Amino acid sequence: MNVDDNKIIITIIGADQIGIVAKITAILAECKVNIEDIKQSIMQDFFVMFMLAQTGQSSLTFNEIKEKLTKAGKEMNMEIWVQKKAIFNKMHTI
Amino acid sequence: MNFFNEESILETINMIRIHNLDIRTVTLALSLRDCMDSDVRCVGEKIHEKIIRYAQYLKHYADEIEEEYSIPIVNKRIAVTPISIIGESCKKPNYVYLAKILDKAADEVGVDFIGGFGALVEKGMTKGDIMLMSSIPEALAGTNKVCSSVNLASSKAGINMDAVNKMAEIIKLSAQLTVKNDGIGAAKLVCFCNAPGDNPFMAGAFHGIGEPECALNIGVSGPGVVRAAIESLPKDTSFGEVANKIKQIAYKITSTGELIGHELAQKLGIPFGIIDLSLAPTPAIGDSVAGIFRAMGLEHAGAHGTTAALAMLNDAVKKGGIMASSHVGGLSGAFIPVSEDAEMIEAASKGYLTFEKLEAMTCVCSVGLDMIAIPGKTPVETISGIIADEMAIGMINKKTTAVRIIPVPGKDVGENAVYGGLLGKAPIIPVNNLSSENFVKRGGRIPAPIHSLNN
Repeated sequence: MNVDDNKIIITIIGADQIGIVAKITAILAECKVNIEDIKQSIMQDFFVMFMLAQTGQSSLTFNEIKEKLTKAGKEMNMEIWVQKKAIFNKMHTI
Repeated sequence: MNFFNEESILETINMIRIHNLDIRTVTLALSLRDCMDSDVRCVGEKIHEKIIRYAQYLKHYADEIEEEYSIPIVNKRIAVTPISIIGESCKKPNYVYLAKILDKAADEVGVDFIGGFGALVEKGMTKGDIMLMSSIPEALAGTNKVCSSVNLASSKAGINMDAVNKMAEIIKLSAQLTVKNDGIGAAKLVCFCNAPGDNPFMAGAFHGIGEPECALNIGVSGPGVVRAAIESLPKDTSFGEVANKIKQIAYKITSTGELIGHELAQKLGIPFGIIDLSLAPTPAIGDSVAGIFRAMGLEHAGAHGTTAALAMLNDAVKKGGIMASSHVGGLSGAFIPVSEDAEMIEAASKGYLTFEKLEAMTCVCSVGLDMIAIPGKTPVETISGIIADEMAIGMINKKTTAVRIIPVPGKDVGENAVYGGLLGKAPIIPVNNLSSENFVKRGGRIPAPIHSLNN
């Protein structure tokens, strides 16, 4: 299996609030998902955070990790996208 | 590769969440040539067993990939060898029974449609072809998921006018047998010229004769994404730059489809076939090919300039997409199905988009006269004339053309045929009332054209 197959990108979009990073990173730590990079910015009044993470050490499936993150997103009233990184590589490089 | 660019990530997400980028269909193409038998019941059993064996995990894996990439996979479909060929092996063929077997198998594996209940008769009809064609109205009325297509013409063989006349009757009968649903039988039936054997889109998908045992073909879409990209340009941007923008977007859409297609084929343990890079609209707001014409600067679809706009769009989509995939095939280009495109529906309702303009547009679009509702009282001979015209466009221009028209029983111009879902709603538009009868009744074949002196 290609190393990149375990890489995911998490995108969080919504109104800025206290504890967003804390909550998401706590879930990732619990799932044994390693964060490799984090970027955040404000776009059109929305808080947007991007995380590059690696799921290779996790015993959970992609969907189980995604469900936990989606649930946390709903609790904070934020939109969360969890996607395998390959889609971005493929779409934006020749 | 350490790709991590915020702008690109947001661009991808916005293509999906705002502009309806999706994988329109994943289609398992399957040969049924090893299902022949002299006993039609045995043929039915073999077909059922083979479809279940190959397609039982199609939906499961497609759903899994949809989650992993957060990109909708709208339809899961199956395309099989033209059934006329398979049924011909029987001493007493029963094509309606075989259609019901296809429907049952499609239902059991959870796909949306199964295509291939058809025949290839561009040069002539065998006994099996004639029996299959005669059974189409009953087969389509008695099933939910079966789609039918018949190839009536090609650039190499000419136009089989006997088959054109027969299909005109069959279209009319298919609509009449499904009168309660505004003739939906005819919406699941398409006549082709130069039909491709690897097309993943319905109603015309079938598994061609030169194709392998099985393959996964994929159809991508995204008219909304193209429209948004054109709208982001200044109004006075020149055509060259507009075409370049379309090519860039087509590349992105196609490369996504290529990724999904390869992953799904790998999970299913079958070869990846082709990607069909078509802009296929849906009735959803914004997901419209006619909307692209407006973004290009036309007041509405049907205005003078629409054919030129469509020609540029169709060509740019192919140019952009072809570099993103190892194998491009199917119908690749821009679709113009009237009932499935909210802004085409509006243009037809307001009289901007006439039958004649639609016919002109089919000279440069990727398919043909698609999902057009006409008055139920339209004579069979006029329908023959409509099909003959469209086949001629395909034959002479060496392109695929098709006819999927619905003579809506009991309804006339000004009324609507309503199907719902992806098939949408079609305003009934007028056809020319002059008689085509003495022309089409000559029968025989219109000879294949000369392939030089291209004037």
